[in-house]
Amino acid sequence: MFTYKTIAFTVLASLVGAGTIMAQDEDYGLGREATTKEIAGWNIDVPPSGDGLPGGSGTVAEGKEVYQTQCQSCHGADGNSGPMDKLVGGKDTLTSDSPVKTVGSYWPYATTLYDYIHRAMPFNSPQSLSPDDTYAVTAYVLFLNGIVDEDTTLDADSLPDIRMPNRDGFVSPDPRPDVLANACMTDCGSDETTP
Amino acid sequence: MATDNRTDGQIERRQFLKRSLGVVAAASLPLPVSQALAASNGGGNLAPNVPEWTRSQGAPILSPAYGQPSRFEDGVVRTPTDLTPTTTSSWSFTPLQDLNGAITPNGLVFERHHGGVPDIDPEQHQLMLHGMVEKPMIFSMAEIKRFPQVSIKRFLECSGNTLTEWKQPTGKTVQDTHGLLSCCEWTGVRLSTLLRAAGVGDKAKWILAEGADAAAMTRSIPMEKALDDALVVYAQNGEALRPEQGYPLRLILPGFEGNTQIKWLRRLEVSDAPYMTREETSKYTDLMRDGSARQFTFVMEAKSVITFPSGGHTLPEKGFYEIRGLAWSGRGKITWVDVSTDGGRNWTQAELEGPVESKALTAFRLPWRWEGGSALLQSRAIDETGYVQPTRQALIKARGLKSVYHLNAIQTWEVSSDGGISNVHV
Repeated sequence: MFTYKTIAFTVLASLVGAGTIMAQDEDYGLGREATTKEIAGWNIDVPPSGDGLPGGSGTVAEGKEVYQTQCQSCHGADGNSGPMDKLVGGKDTLTSDSPVKTVGSYWPYATTLYDYIHRAMPFNSPQSLSPDDTYAVTAYVLFLNGIVDEDTTLDADSLPDIRMPNRDGFVSPDPRPDVLANACMTDCGSDETTP
Repeated sequence: MATDNRTDGQIERRQFLKRSLGVVAAASLPLPVSQALAASNGGGNLAPNVPEWTRSQGAPILSPAYGQPSRFEDGVVRTPTDLTPTTTSSWSFTPLQDLNGAITPNGLVFERHHGGVPDIDPEQHQLMLHGMVEKPMIFSMAEIKRFPQVSIKRFLECSGNTLTEWKQPTGKTVQDTHGLLSCCEWTGVRLSTLLRAAGVGDKAKWILAEGADAAAMTRSIPMEKALDDALVVYAQNGEALRPEQGYPLRLILPGFEGNTQIKWLRRLEVSDAPYMTREETSKYTDLMRDGSARQFTFVMEAKSVITFPSGGHTLPEKGFYEIRGLAWSGRGKITWVDVSTDGGRNWTQAELEGPVESKALTAFRLPWRWEGGSALLQSRAIDETGYVQPTRQALIKARGLKSVYHLNAIQTWEVSSDGGISNVHV
């Protein structure tokens, strides 16, 4: 015959291994260590230091061929006629009322060009260009902008050394809030703000 | 179901109608037939007649298994921009004028993609966390979902929201002018929890977040933000993220510009410096009058807009209307919203829907009686830092006219004497 005591014992016995309540932020033991090989396959970014640039190289002349087959249909023969982003031109337009933001006029780092071309171009086949082709087309776009000479060869050593014309054109940290408005409630003027 | 989700909800609805025609009675018949039935009813479904839908059984359960809006709401959809040369690197707008309250339904959350919407199998999706960490980690979706969970309501706004309005009034509706704005309850794990699992030292100042889409969309995020309130989420408004919102995993950085909140999140790399990706150098930077550009302009400053009545609406008659709108701030809670009906000359405090949550859309309301004359409707938000939503003129005075992003100015809707409402600058 079951007593309350035997029922309680049975319940307790069945809970052996049921676990313990954890404090927040303990080691949850979830996930596993990523292998070097896994990281190498995904770690594609190229910061201004050039860390992560692969071996290989490419010339302006080779880049012209890559450009004509892979890029020209979207960016135009000279890199400035669309329909997609203008890559070339716009020099000295940033202070004008109609700024033209291109690789040559606006981009602060040449490494970003390699990163982005490899990462997301060509539009219909991202991450398909070889390192050699990526160096080459990077060199060609920089040549079209007058940033490197026609006989330039780019590789992991030379690319980070390129100084872009608008390298010092960026301001950070963010200076906002830059407009301090007054919450006028009655009979307010047309502009109740002081920058 | 994943494939169905990628198609327009209307298509699914039409398929349902096709399947069920002849099985289900009048409730799902096309409109002209319903009208014909109503007409034969002599006076339709209005009192004193007993409506047709009261005199027969309605549609059965699971019509369809995943519920859809009424067919009478078919016009409430996202609309595309006409400014982009492709439809995969493009954006679509939330129909704010047709929504109520502060939560955006999942199928109407605005879109901004840079390489289209990938169709990701969650069984084959991983999150890699590496760089300046003690132990580089890789997580499966199942493992991420086992971490302690949080749910928070937060707004999402594209830094380019309202960008057409700098020089002249351009958008016809609030969907056009402010529709790159949505608000969901997001559920996931704190990014700080994942970072602790990998071990982050003092030198770590930035994190690169990267998507698994065709753009491999990439932004550098300050470590301070990552450890503060950043989330890695897998659900919105109670269900799995929609594909166009990053299924199966995205970053949520409350109050930051939308493009930083990387969708289809596959990789986080910890570093001591920003990576200077294309998006944070050549794209999402704000060009000033002097030719310099502000970089890492993350925070979406306080902003508000009246959604009813708003551009494209028509007031049918004089009388009572409740002015309704939304206010939000990337710096915290909205504390106050004022409404003006005379173009900013005089202001009245509106009522806020509570409880007001930090960095979430906050609904405001103010009763108003339209007397039939012209009126200029405006709203002005103030957040808990004391920041007051500025006028467009004040922003232009500070920044010029070519910064593209972060236009958070007071919006004006003109009510004309015929009740029509349009977008104007004052």
